[in-house]
Amino acid sequence: MLFLALSFLTVGLFLADLAWGSIHISLREIVTVFFGKGTDGINSEILLNFRLPKAITAMLAGASLSVAGLMMQTLFRNSLADPYILGVSSGASLGVALVMMAASILPVAFVSSGWALIVAAIIGASVVLVLVVGVSFKVHNAISLLIVGLMFGTIAGSLVSVLQNFSNPDAIKLFVMWTFGSLSAVTWSYMQVLLPVVLVGLGMAFFLQKRLDGLLLGENYARGLGVSIVRTRLLIVVATGLLAGGITAFTGPIAFVGIAIPHIARGLFKTSGHKILLPAVVLCGASLLLVCDIITQIPTYTLPINTVNALFGAPIIIWIILKKR
Amino acid sequence: MRLFLKFKRPTPWVSTKGNMSILTTQNLSIGYSKKGKTDVVKSGLNLQLQPGELVCLIGPNGSGKSTLMRTLAGLQKPVSGQTMIDGKEISTLKQREKALLISLVLTERVDIENATVYNLVSLGRHPHSNWWGNITDDEDLIIREAIGMVHMEHKMHHNINELSDGERQRAMIAKALAQDTPIIMLDEPTAHLDLPNRVEIMLLLHRLARDTQKAILLSTHELDLALQAAHRIWLFSSNLDVECGVPEDLVFNGSFNRVFESKSFVFNAANGNFSMNYPMTKKVWVYGDKTRMYWTLRALARAGYMVVQDATTQILVTENGWTLNEKDIHTVEELLQELNQHFLDV
Repeated sequence: MLFLALSFLTVGLFLADLAWGSIHISLREIVTVFFGKGTDGINSEILLNFRLPKAITAMLAGASLSVAGLMMQTLFRNSLADPYILGVSSGASLGVALVMMAASILPVAFVSSGWALIVAAIIGASVVLVLVVGVSFKVHNAISLLIVGLMFGTIAGSLVSVLQNFSNPDAIKLFVMWTFGSLSAVTWSYMQVLLPVVLVGLGMAFFLQKRLDGLLLGENYARGLGVSIVRTRLLIVVATGLLAGGITAFTGPIAFVGIAIPHIARGLFKTSGHKILLPAVVLCGASLLLVCDIITQIPTYTLPINTVNALFGAPIIIWIILKKR
Repeated sequence: MRLFLKFKRPTPWVSTKGNMSILTTQNLSIGYSKKGKTDVVKSGLNLQLQPGELVCLIGPNGSGKSTLMRTLAGLQKPVSGQTMIDGKEISTLKQREKALLISLVLTERVDIENATVYNLVSLGRHPHSNWWGNITDDEDLIIREAIGMVHMEHKMHHNINELSDGERQRAMIAKALAQDTPIIMLDEPTAHLDLPNRVEIMLLLHRLARDTQKAILLSTHELDLALQAAHRIWLFSSNLDVECGVPEDLVFNGSFNRVFESKSFVFNAANGNFSMNYPMTKKVWVYGDKTRMYWTLRALARAGYMVVQDATTQILVTENGWTLNEKDIHTVEELLQELNQHFLDV
C-alpha cells in the first residue's frame, strides 16, 4: 500500500516538475508532446530538451544517492554515513577536476562524450571509499570515522585547489561551473552515459540485498551466516562508487540526500530489511529531489539544489544525533 | 511436529563415517601470527565434540578460550594442525559451507533498528535460502519452532531493542537454532546476565543439546553452573595443557585446583565452589543443628576462626540460635561480637 502511494507520489511530482517553472506548461500539453503530437513550438522544446532530462536526472540522482547512502550506513553500521559526509563525493570531484584540467592530454572525443568524466568520478569515489573502509578496521568509533571521512574530503578538496593553480583559465572556468552542481547539466547525450551506469549500480545493490541484511548483525555474525565479507565489501564499494560517482560526475556534489532518505524510509516502513528498504529509498529519494527541483525552479527565486537540500537534510541529521542519545 | 524431525537428526549424526564425533581436532595449534612472528597460545590440541553434548570451555582470562572458539569456527586460521567437521577439514570449506555446519552466538551486541525477534531469527535461515532470501512456509515454521524452543513466542513480534539482556541472548540462541547446524558455538553467553537468567540460559542449552542432538560448545566463567549443566568440560589453564572430561572426573583428579591455583582461594571439591583462604588464628569447636551449621561455619571462617575438633571454646548450634559460654545468642552478629569479647578475655 505504502509502495503504491509512494509510486503515485513520485509520478505526480515528476509531472509537476515538468509542468512548473518560469514558463508554465499545462498537463494536456505535456501529454500531447509525449504522444508525438505538436513537436514544434517553444514549449515542447523546453519540455523535451530541458525539463524532461532534468526531471529524469533528479529522479536518478535521488535514487542513486539514497541507495548509496543506505549501503554505506549498513556497511559501516553507522547511521550517519553517506557519500557526501564520508568524502566519496569529494573523491569524485577530484576525479572530475583531474580530467577537466588535464584534458589536453586526453583525446577530445573521450572527454566530450561524458565517459571521461564519469569514469574519473567513479574511480575517485571508489578510491576514497576504499580508504574509508581501510580506516574503519582501525577506528571503531562511529563519530571518529565520520571525522576521518571529512578529512579525506578536505584533502581531496585541497588537491583540487592545487590542480587549479596549475591549469589554464578555460579549464578552471569549466570546473567552477561544474562545482555549482545542477540537475540541468545532464543533456541527452550525457544521459546515455549516466543511465546505464546508474542502472548497473542499482542492480548490484538489489543483488546484494540479502548480504546487506546479514551485515546488519555485524561482520563476525555475517561471516557465521556464510557471507563472504571481503567479496561483499568489494561489491558494495563498487556499487556505491558507480552510484555516487556517476551522479556526482554530472550534477556536482549533492549533499544530505544520502543520509536523510534511508532514515525516512526506515521510519515509514518500520523495517531494516533491505528487500523493502531498497525500493523504498529509490522512491523516497526520487521524490525528494523532484520536490527540491520544483522548489529551485520557482520563478524569481532560482535557488541552487544544495541550498534547498540543506534545509531538508540538516535538521534530519540533528534529529538522528539527538535520537541516539 | 513435522519440524521436530527436521531438527532432530538421527543419532548418531555421523555414524556413516565410523566416528561418533562431529568435530575433531588433530594436533591443532592455535595462536596469532603478526608480521611474520607467531605467537602460539596452545598447541597439540586433540579435542572432540559429540552430538547431543553440552561442552563448557573454562579457564582463566587469557588462556586462549576465545582463540580456540574462533579457530574452530573457521573465523581465524590455526597455526598448525587440523579441525575436521563432519569429516571435512574446515579451512577447505567455503564460508557458506561453514555456515551450514556451525552457528555462532557472539559477545558483540546486535543493534538493528526496527527489527523484531522474528526478523532477527529469520536471519539464521540465510545460508539455506536462495539469493533473494524469501521466507517460504517451511522456513517460517522453522523460525517459529526455533523461537518456541527458547520460549520467546510471546515476544516474537517485539522490537529487539525492547528486550532485556536475557531475552536478547535467547533470541540470538534462537537465531543459531534456526540456522539448523549440527554444532552451535557460544562465546560467553551468560556474561552480563543476572543469576536467574544465567541459570536459565545454561539449562536451556543443556536441554537443547539433549533434545536436538546438536553439539553445543560454550565458553564461560560460571564454574558452578558449568559443573552442573555440562556433559563435558574442556579446562584451559594459562600454562598447562587442556584437560577434558566429565565435570566430576576433573573434580576428583584435582584439575580445577591445578588450573585455578592461587594463594587467596581454593577450589572446594566438596561443593564445587571457590572458597577464600582467610587467615585463621583462633580455634573454636562447633557442634549441634545440621541445617544451620553450613552458614555458621561460613561466618566463622570469614571472621578468622578455625574449626578444630574439641577446642576449648565451644559453640552449640541450636534450632533457633547459638549457645556460647552458656549464653543464648540469636543473630550471627551477636555471635561474632560475643566471640570477639570471649577471645579478648582469654
